[in-house]
Amino acid sequence: MTLLMEPDFGTPASTNEETVQVEINGVSVAIPAETSIMRASLVAGISIPKLCATDRLNAFGSCRLCVVEIDGRNGTPSSCTTPVADGMKISTNSDRLDRIRQGVMELYMSDHPEICATGDECEMHAMAKQVGLKEVRYSGRTHLDLPKDESNPYFTFDSTECIVCNRCVRACDEVQGTFALTIENRGFESRVSSSGTSFIESECVSCGACVQACPTGALTEKTLYTIGTPTRSVITTCAYCGVGCTFKAEMRGDELVRMVPYKEGGANEGHSCVKGRFAWGYATHPDRVTTPMIREKITDPWQVATWEDAIGYAATKMKALQAEHGIESIGGISSSRCTNEEVFVVQKMVRAAFKNNNIDTCARVCHSPTGYGLSQTFGTSAGTQDFESVEHSDVVLLIGANPTAAHPVFASRLKQTLRKGAKLIVVDPRQIELVRTPHIEAAHHLQLLPGTNVAIINAMAHVIAEEGLIDREFVNERCDQESFERWEEFIRLPENSPEALEASTRVPAEEVREAARLYASVPNASIYYGLGVTEHSQGSTMVMGIANLAMATGNIGRPGVGVNPLRGQNNVQGSCDMGSFPHELPGYRHISNPKTREIFEIRWNTGISAKPGMRIPNMFDSAISGDFKGLYIQGEDIAQSDPNISHVHAALRSMELVVVQDLFLNETSKFAHVFLPGTSFLENDGTFTNAERRINRVRPVMASKTGKSEWEVTCDLATAVGYEMGYENAAQIMDEIAATTPTFSGVSFAKLDELGSIQWPCNSEQPEGTPIMHVDNFVRGEGRFMETPYVPTDEKATRKFPLLLTTGRILSQYNVGAQTRRTANVIWHSQDILDIHESDAQLRGIDDGGWVRLISRVGETILKARITDEVPAGVVYTTFHFPESGANVITTEYSDWATNCPEYKVTAVEIAPSVRGPQPMREHVSTGDVELESIVRMANQIAANLPSKTAPEHAVAHHIEQFWTPYMRERLIKEVDRSKLSLIVIRAMELELNQVPN
Amino acid sequence: MTTTIYVPKDSAARSVGADLVAFAIEAESVKRGINISIVRNGSRGALWLEPLVEVVTPEGRVAYGPVSPADVESLFDSAFHLGSQHPLLQGRTDDIEWLSRQDRVTFARVGVVDPLSISDYQAHGGLVGLHRALSMKPEEIVTEVTQSGLRGRGGAGFPAGIKWRTVMATASDYKYICCNADEGDSGTFADRMLMEGDPFTLLEGMTIAAIAVGATEGVVYIRSEYPSAYETVNRAIEIARDFGWLGKNVLGSGIEFNIRTRIGGGSYVCGEETAMLESIEGKRGVVRSKPPLPAIHGLFGKPTVINNVLTLATVPAILGLNGAQTYMKKGVGRSLGTQVFQLAGNIARGGIVETAFGITLDGLVNDYGAGTLSGRPVRAVQIGGPLGAYLPVTSMAVSMDYESLLAAGGMLGHGGVVVFDESVDMAEQAKFAMEFCAIESCGKCTPCRLGSTRGAETIEKIMLGQNVAGNKKLLLDLCEVMTDGSLCAMGGLTPLPVRSAMLHFAEDFDQRARGQQ
Repeated sequence: MTLLMEPDFGTPASTNEETVQVEINGVSVAIPAETSIMRASLVAGISIPKLCATDRLNAFGSCRLCVVEIDGRNGTPSSCTTPVADGMKISTNSDRLDRIRQGVMELYMSDHPEICATGDECEMHAMAKQVGLKEVRYSGRTHLDLPKDESNPYFTFDSTECIVCNRCVRACDEVQGTFALTIENRGFESRVSSSGTSFIESECVSCGACVQACPTGALTEKTLYTIGTPTRSVITTCAYCGVGCTFKAEMRGDELVRMVPYKEGGANEGHSCVKGRFAWGYATHPDRVTTPMIREKITDPWQVATWEDAIGYAATKMKALQAEHGIESIGGISSSRCTNEEVFVVQKMVRAAFKNNNIDTCARVCHSPTGYGLSQTFGTSAGTQDFESVEHSDVVLLIGANPTAAHPVFASRLKQTLRKGAKLIVVDPRQIELVRTPHIEAAHHLQLLPGTNVAIINAMAHVIAEEGLIDREFVNERCDQESFERWEEFIRLPENSPEALEASTRVPAEEVREAARLYASVPNASIYYGLGVTEHSQGSTMVMGIANLAMATGNIGRPGVGVNPLRGQNNVQGSCDMGSFPHELPGYRHISNPKTREIFEIRWNTGISAKPGMRIPNMFDSAISGDFKGLYIQGEDIAQSDPNISHVHAALRSMELVVVQDLFLNETSKFAHVFLPGTSFLENDGTFTNAERRINRVRPVMASKTGKSEWEVTCDLATAVGYEMGYENAAQIMDEIAATTPTFSGVSFAKLDELGSIQWPCNSEQPEGTPIMHVDNFVRGEGRFMETPYVPTDEKATRKFPLLLTTGRILSQYNVGAQTRRTANVIWHSQDILDIHESDAQLRGIDDGGWVRLISRVGETILKARITDEVPAGVVYTTFHFPESGANVITTEYSDWATNCPEYKVTAVEIAPSVRGPQPMREHVSTGDVELESIVRMANQIAANLPSKTAPEHAVAHHIEQFWTPYMRERLIKEVDRSKLSLIVIRAMELELNQVPN
Repeated sequence: MTTTIYVPKDSAARSVGADLVAFAIEAESVKRGINISIVRNGSRGALWLEPLVEVVTPEGRVAYGPVSPADVESLFDSAFHLGSQHPLLQGRTDDIEWLSRQDRVTFARVGVVDPLSISDYQAHGGLVGLHRALSMKPEEIVTEVTQSGLRGRGGAGFPAGIKWRTVMATASDYKYICCNADEGDSGTFADRMLMEGDPFTLLEGMTIAAIAVGATEGVVYIRSEYPSAYETVNRAIEIARDFGWLGKNVLGSGIEFNIRTRIGGGSYVCGEETAMLESIEGKRGVVRSKPPLPAIHGLFGKPTVINNVLTLATVPAILGLNGAQTYMKKGVGRSLGTQVFQLAGNIARGGIVETAFGITLDGLVNDYGAGTLSGRPVRAVQIGGPLGAYLPVTSMAVSMDYESLLAAGGMLGHGGVVVFDESVDMAEQAKFAMEFCAIESCGKCTPCRLGSTRGAETIEKIMLGQNVAGNKKLLLDLCEVMTDGSLCAMGGLTPLPVRSAMLHFAEDFDQRARGQQ
């Protein structure tokens, strides 16, 4: 293995379809029109000296090393800025050109260190040699005494090595779109500047684009100084968000020196953000636990154990629990942070070894409504586009997502598109950065009240239907007519007009109308959305509303359009694909289908239960009821991340066996009896699937610190429980996935290594994958419109709790912070802050920076206040990165009607100034039969959300049958006081009674 | 009866007391109970006569100058308001030979009219060209401008019509006309004088250009050191808008065209056309690479005509009846029409000399300029601004046109002629050229950013006698790198004054000769 040097063709590739013929140094070259002479030469293997040119940036023409001579033209133009023309005859070498290049290098070297601290990282000395510079005759003023800026935790700026080529400034502008860097002064005094202040105090977001672009040692990763020059590279995939950036892990021995974004990376094309680029130090953090541990009671201290003992202990206890409390008394939770292979074996263990379907994934709490909503409408649970598609959009409708913080690399791509002229519509209660940021301003910001998404999407669809903006041709050709007609009738109801809904959403009707017209009136409009769509009581309805809007306007099936969930974690898509929902086998196939089960039963040589298992919240309810006793949790910190923490803690305490597999002793491990150490992405061999269905390889760059792969541990546990499971390597697991799952049938590690990445479906029809879905037909055949009645959430602002809390993420931190809190990223964000509008703060005497008590009906916590106009009056906002702030102490048990995805985004709260800082969490104690209460609430919610015109009871009964465990159905029928149920539920129950489960 | 008296409001005239003179005349007239009306016109361009006061008499305008406030009493004593004799009397303005010998086309109205009177403007032939343009097809306008031979007066001398044709032919939803009024060359002032003295001509030229190429918006980028010109042009824009000339419906034609102004970024390089575009866009004034040409990808990425003030201000005359035919008959070779020369430096009679191309340098410096102000012999003349070549007296016969100057190793530039007498140290001047570049370089390309400083340092070493032969070689090598390697004319032309000084005034770079000085 060696250090991978990616070729750099100096300027971006031309997209021109016409080919021209040119002659370079007598060699005939055919190349797309508008290609630069530089690129044409380099592609043809003719080298041209360059310093300011790099193919990720537009040509700039400042270093003047790349000058060439062109027959019939005067002068010596720079080859980077001069495009080829048909018949052009170019010479890249002559005495005159040599003199210019030597003269330029002589000037450069007269203001450059004789020896550079970063060695070969600085291209200058090699370049001087390349152009034949023999001596530097100048002497005079230099910049060699300028101080180093070491304020950024990850990289230094050493102005003495800077050649003012502007690559950093241009990378910040063109690639990242932050515009934090500039050139200060002019002439000889021109210097790169982080806008007149230090890097850490500037607007720099530490994406690393400048460091990567720098041809000298001026901008250098600090690890290059502390560890040394890397000697080998491994291509792998970032383990943070769902963008799924490809990186070159550059190693020196077994030490990771730096992560450099890989230009061939399908998702990121050479860009990165502060997390992926720099915040990987957690993987070797001293907090890592690398040996298994056991304890009898959660109040006991941990005892280090061997793998054999720990797994044996867990397996014995699980078997005992099942023997005593029944097959359904244990389950597992897989993680969206783990590889597809790891997730696949976890669900396999639950189904084959535990013999039930009590497998759920942390995607439950983020994108489960996406799965439901897009399956209902399009036929599969996935975003329709690749990321590149956004570059073809004329309008981007961004709903409930804050990409500059949560999906920064996609945000940069989006910003590039917007700077080229695409229009942006933002639907968000907060003024997110993209509403107004350098060179970008949203055409419309529909600043709705949290919880009114469906009202907004219905209002927009209403305008499109009423104003004749429906793409009838698309709807006629591609969609199910009956469902469309029903939907059109529904959406045109006056109650769905922007005017009627203005009181709920607080968005002026005319603004909604204009936004709807804009979305519907351009050739290509796309929708991108995040957890601000899904984490609501109507999360699934909203996803269907989004799908309806895209279908009604014909915005499906080509570049520049589509419906795109921005996935929160690296492998949300994959963990869902891998069958880790309790009702589905891999590939989104319902567990009740005997044909699907048979595929796995034959392969696994065991029977599979046909009954849907428990979802995560069902597990908690059931644990508190005393029925659910044992849980295996891989890579998810439910004790911090899940809503209504008191309830979660109570559930965990009720269990007799909690097995946690993680890198760290996380919050959940406080309730665990067995701790199995996990491996970081740097040690893993496998695949992640990003938000664009792109399967990326994760390659081990260092040996496992625990001595085992995580999938191996899972297999060992399954075997110990009584079902023999084992693979020679991760590739074998993928082979099994491919053999059992039609959308993955063409996938293998070998093919991934060959192609770099594959977007599923990948099968015999699409052997190299599918960048854009539903091109000719929807996966389900015809696109199905779904009626989406707006049902206000029960979580309402009241006199006691007059404000609405909504939650989100910040750029430098990631989810519960387990990783990022263990990196230097804390320099930017060391605690969670509560954002409050000035009027709400004033009313309560809250000062900027002061402590504030945050109280909801389920709990309270204390946070630091920030007064800002990023939130409107009546709304407060915080992040959930730090366990001590306990944002989820506040959030409630309410959830999406279809999928039980928690309603994180709406919690009625009150705030008050506090003299004290954070206090130990005060747990709220649930009383009564929590499980039964949930059953009642969920049943009524389902009835309220399913279309009311056509036999709603059938729909309700079908839904319950599809997604509820038999036990819950039984309790609904036998134990619920019918006066608490809506009429439709009661009628559905009557249907149910005819086929009551046993 | 009221007498009309013209006292220039031109900045050059004001710098020698025109405001005080106007005030004194006003005060004195009140004191004496004489009815007068003062018009603050532009300057006639004979700066050596400023403040030049003109009195309207039945025989025409009669000039007195240079007038100081102290002269006012004696002027009234002599009844100058009736055009009477006085030691400062220059006779009828039209008869002043320095002026009457000139061939004023671009500057025809400057100093003559009330700069902000649209009726005065029309009374002197204003708007004729625009009305005619409105009756023509864009194609015809462009053809006529091309035929006239008008070339860019900013310095590059590129045919205006061809540039317009490119913009006209480039399809776009929006196009711009940018007027470069960032007149930064030392020894030049014609743009300023035109903007202060006859701003409507500029607006008319821009409007005609807009009609020709289909532009909707015009921007005049005015040097930050020109506050009066900025104010005057802005006022003229307001008046033109009220008149129905600028706006949604240009003179009732249904064509939309607006003009706005921008103050320059305060850097010489902002006068470089692409740096100017960056500056108008609100960015640092940094040069862009060409291609793409601004005519195709200009201001905010839209097709843009960029012309100098003098180029645009000449257009109305060309579009006037038979204008092109008349215009193209003037001049020599491929340098057709007239050039507004500006005489400056150590010169006895400085100012504006507009005359057909082809006058000799001697004709400008000695006939019009009457030699040096100091009275000492002329040693060097720098033509075309700080990046222009220094010519020795042996070059005095050179014809002042684009091609002849190029052949003589110089360039016409913006038409500035700066005269030096024999006291000049040409090594110092060469060093100044490098220093000027070092200060004004945008800092984008290496040859200019680093080369200018290294150049000044190297000349300094030559002047100090350090390794003279080696440093002269180094300086010439540097000049080649800057000429061939620089991104724009700033770095590319800086070697011109340096090399010309070394060539024509080699003795100033010679240590022994310097030692004897």
